[in-house]
Amino acid sequence: MNVPLNTAAAIAPAPQPGPPLWLLAELTYRCPLHCVFCYNPVNFAKTGAEAELSTDDWLRVLREARAAGSVQCGFSGGEPMLRDDLEVLVAEAHRLGFYTNLLTSGVGLTEVRAAALKQAGLDHIQLSFQDSTKELNDFLSHTKTFDLKRRTAGIIKSHGWPMVLNCVVHRLNIDYIGQIIEMAVELGAEYLELANSQYYSWAELNRDALLPSREQLERAERITNEYRQKLGDKIRIFFVVPDYYENRPKKCMNGWGNVFLTITPDGSALPCHTAKMLKGIEFPNVKDMSVQDIWYNSSGFNRFRGDGWMKDPCRTCPEKEKDLGGCRCQAFMLTGDAANADPVCDKSPFHPRVQEAVDYAQIPDEQRTVTKPLVFRDPKTSRQLDHTNFDDSRSLHSRS
Amino acid sequence: MNAPQTAIDLTARPRVAGHFRLQWEEVQKAWVLLYPEGMVKLNGSAGEIMHRLDGEKTVQAVIDELESQFETTGLTADVLDFLTIAQRQGWAKA
Repeated sequence: MNVPLNTAAAIAPAPQPGPPLWLLAELTYRCPLHCVFCYNPVNFAKTGAEAELSTDDWLRVLREARAAGSVQCGFSGGEPMLRDDLEVLVAEAHRLGFYTNLLTSGVGLTEVRAAALKQAGLDHIQLSFQDSTKELNDFLSHTKTFDLKRRTAGIIKSHGWPMVLNCVVHRLNIDYIGQIIEMAVELGAEYLELANSQYYSWAELNRDALLPSREQLERAERITNEYRQKLGDKIRIFFVVPDYYENRPKKCMNGWGNVFLTITPDGSALPCHTAKMLKGIEFPNVKDMSVQDIWYNSSGFNRFRGDGWMKDPCRTCPEKEKDLGGCRCQAFMLTGDAANADPVCDKSPFHPRVQEAVDYAQIPDEQRTVTKPLVFRDPKTSRQLDHTNFDDSRSLHSRS
Repeated sequence: MNAPQTAIDLTARPRVAGHFRLQWEEVQKAWVLLYPEGMVKLNGSAGEIMHRLDGEKTVQAVIDELESQFETTGLTADVLDFLTIAQRQGWAKA
């Protein structure tokens, strides 16, 4: 798997990147929810509360990142409301001139904490629907979840924050897209993101259960468009299709080490929130290195900058600048080598692996011979899967 | 929705719109507009116009200020063009 340094890399060094405009601060992996599509690493339980960065560490990270040119700051997790120093961190980020975003399920966002976050200068809250599938019925029947969401939405609106709702869409809830949109309208959202699950981490373990059929997808897009027409300017609805249904890969993270900087709960610095899965790449930690050094000088961040690392078909592809070969994690997961083309691309010799998953998605649930139980994200399962080694857990995919 | 864009009045007093925040970014050497999870980097002249929109100055005053600072004349059309775009994008409100 070790890629020999090719001559192109020696001739054309990676261009000097711009600043890390986007800082994603993953404050904790702790979370009250158990979402089957969670993108936190499968072995997240290894990084418990005791391994998390201290308040002072985070304050230093915020200052260093801001000095390096970061301007958007997302506080995420896990559930960031579980950190009781969130208000302190938001206040410092605000003082430094960040635009501050909180990405939360709403659990723990009480009126008291909302007022404190407003006071601290929080600019925006993205509220996710708490559809962890165990609660699907509850979620769809507008009962407990809806009450919580209504309360939280009320708090968000009363403080004058723009209301952005995010709902991860997948095979099990996509047929209810109309209800989801109506719920968003009823809550008074200005923006609704209907993001199809991307198949990393827990979502990858559950891929067969979560990947919608083409028919489901087309229906959902059609209904979304009907609502867009009907609702006009009242609400902006974004619909993100799963990349498995594309022929060309996404320009993942807008380029490796180009715009995004993720800091995980224990201080690892990553070019995206799932990059830690890439074997053989060393990622720096903010406890050992400054953000400036991490961004410009660490081997991890320079690993896939430019195009010197590319192999065929990307290396000679006329479209290589357009998508930069897609997602390194997806290439790694589906081909075993992160420097390969993202197999979503139909030029990839591994594209049949994506096609196979898409073909399987067309089989109705009741005609499937093997039905694997959903794997819920929780610490116990995380520890079990960590012990069985990630490669073994991947065999959950084999349908033999 | 497709009503013709009303021309911007020279006496209007535009300001940066609601959920946008305008600030100078030293590292980028540019004015940027920030909004939930996003950023628009303004070019030199757009930045010079936008950061003068405070809801108190009239469009004419902004034009006068620019012409005097850059020792030039005839910026009216350029400024009005940009303000039309800024309004359409929702960045500025008259």
